[in-house]
Amino acid sequence: MSTTPARATASTKDIIVFDKVNKWYGNSFHVLRDINLNVKQGERIVVCGPSGSGKSTLIRCINRLEEHQEGHLWVDGTELTDDVKAIDKIRKEVGMVFQQFNLFPHLTVLENLTLSPMYVGKVPKKEAEEKAMMQLKRVRIAEQAGKYPLQLSGGQQQRVAIARALCLTPKIMLFDEPTSALDPEMIKEVLDVMVAMADQGITMICVTHEMGFAKAVADRVIFMDQGQIVEQNNPHDFFNNPQTDRSKDFLSKILGH
Amino acid sequence: MAETIIFQSLPSRPAPTQTEGLVPWAKANLFANWQSTLTTLVVGALLLYFIPQFVNWAILTATTVPNAEACRTPGVGACWGVITEKYRLIIFGRYPLEVQWRPLVATLLLLALLVASCTRAFWNKWLLVLWVVIIGTFFTLMYGNVLGLTKVTTDRWGGLPLTIMLSSLSMVMAFPLAIAVALGRRSKLPAIRTFCTIYVELIRGVPLISVLFMASFMFPLFMPQGVTIDVMIRVLAGLTLFAAAYMAEVVRGGLQAMPKGQAEAAASLGLSYWQTQGRIILPQALAMVVPSIVNNFIGLFKDTSLVGIVSLYELTGSLGLALNGDADWRPYKLEGYVFITLIYFSFCFAMSRYSLWIEKQVNKSKLR
Repeated sequence: MSTTPARATASTKDIIVFDKVNKWYGNSFHVLRDINLNVKQGERIVVCGPSGSGKSTLIRCINRLEEHQEGHLWVDGTELTDDVKAIDKIRKEVGMVFQQFNLFPHLTVLENLTLSPMYVGKVPKKEAEEKAMMQLKRVRIAEQAGKYPLQLSGGQQQRVAIARALCLTPKIMLFDEPTSALDPEMIKEVLDVMVAMADQGITMICVTHEMGFAKAVADRVIFMDQGQIVEQNNPHDFFNNPQTDRSKDFLSKILGH
Repeated sequence: MAETIIFQSLPSRPAPTQTEGLVPWAKANLFANWQSTLTTLVVGALLLYFIPQFVNWAILTATTVPNAEACRTPGVGACWGVITEKYRLIIFGRYPLEVQWRPLVATLLLLALLVASCTRAFWNKWLLVLWVVIIGTFFTLMYGNVLGLTKVTTDRWGGLPLTIMLSSLSMVMAFPLAIAVALGRRSKLPAIRTFCTIYVELIRGVPLISVLFMASFMFPLFMPQGVTIDVMIRVLAGLTLFAAAYMAEVVRGGLQAMPKGQAEAAASLGLSYWQTQGRIILPQALAMVVPSIVNNFIGLFKDTSLVGIVSLYELTGSLGLALNGDADWRPYKLEGYVFITLIYFSFCFAMSRYSLWIEKQVNKSKLR
């Protein structure tokens, strides 16, 4: 990805704040260790690191698909606790795209998109459908609206998943390895949609190993290992001049072949 | 620099071996190798031996005269006269003969309701109203005591109307209960989870007969003095609780098979627990277990014959009632059983065919 899109600059307001967040799986697996992270509104962040380093867990804490056990986590001014109302509020503002797409196979593409606006947002059906069609056009897949997800290719499904998340008009978009389950030929169509989205001022946190995407879009790259944030920097400096031995080693592995 | 070679795709060709048509089918399915050929010949020979004998007994030498004397003539095969003579008793049990139009009309209404419930065109909120109205009409017609209808107490109800009513009502009540219990067993709240687990294990651990027996004889002992609940209601409750326990496990199997990503995607879209279950998880989980649920329904339909233990004479019971006390006709119980077998079979076969149709409907989204 050689083109650098015109960037909307990130504001100075923190929209996500991790304050010494810790999480364990079971009694022994300490998956997130003392995470401190501030994300500014409109900022585009790429999170990378070896598998098992806690990247996915980190972003899944933001919409409470995972619960953190220690520390504090604020999203758009609301602290995430067991309070269901707070969780509901945050989930309306945070869209998520999964590695396995997770479209609802028993609903058509259009129904996948209108479900949440209609039943969570209480938007009338017609309005929800119009908005959904708009989002489908944005990801260039409007002609497939009547099909079922399994009738589409992987790349198409992932674009539908992105459109579905956008139907909530989220302030924050989380991407959990969105291209890892795709055939090489389909990765580009999904990345193109994500690059186009990056221009719109939405806060993006993306777990990915697509370093071309990171260079083209990210304001900041976060490198994680063993549940910790090891290093964070702007993409240019991170790729050209990594500071820690761990990140040097990682980069040599993913870029060296 | 060499010229670029233009890629050209080959046209598709028909498959080399013919797979459709009678001869290729027989070759593939009946005479594929020597084992298959041998099996075909053995089974064919057995059929050739038994089918003519059965046809001879059931049709050629059979008599339909409702006369026990005629049946005792040597050389006479099946005595269908027993059906001609006793069909009203077999089908309606002990229900008073002169008002048997009432169970007839009530059952036809109930069957119409069941057919309507299985038809896509009727799947809207009016179906619920229709259920209430028709079930109300059913019990009014059967019980009477209003509108100039004579009172017929539930112990005199019997035969096919009882079989159909017991099985359809317990199915309709057991299904939602099963879903609730299945969800309960996966609940995060330990109290609900434990309660549902105990219920399922307790019911599955005892035979239906003892559940019915308890519902009928032990339950009244725990009731306050003077309060009685009709045996029909108690039996319905017993059947429902029994069927629901089994069905709950089937539903739970479907729930367990759902990928975790579906619930996560629903949660990330802000759907509540009930919205997630109702719109995302259950529609897919239930679609997966349609064959097993219909299996349960078919089992339940035939299990209703066990209500004989508490002196309710449904179809099987009323066959015994019709023939046991009649020395003339008692020897021809076999014909009676063939008759009710056909009735049971046609209902079960209809359910099994319907299940195939439902499977096709729910799998539409999986077709490419």
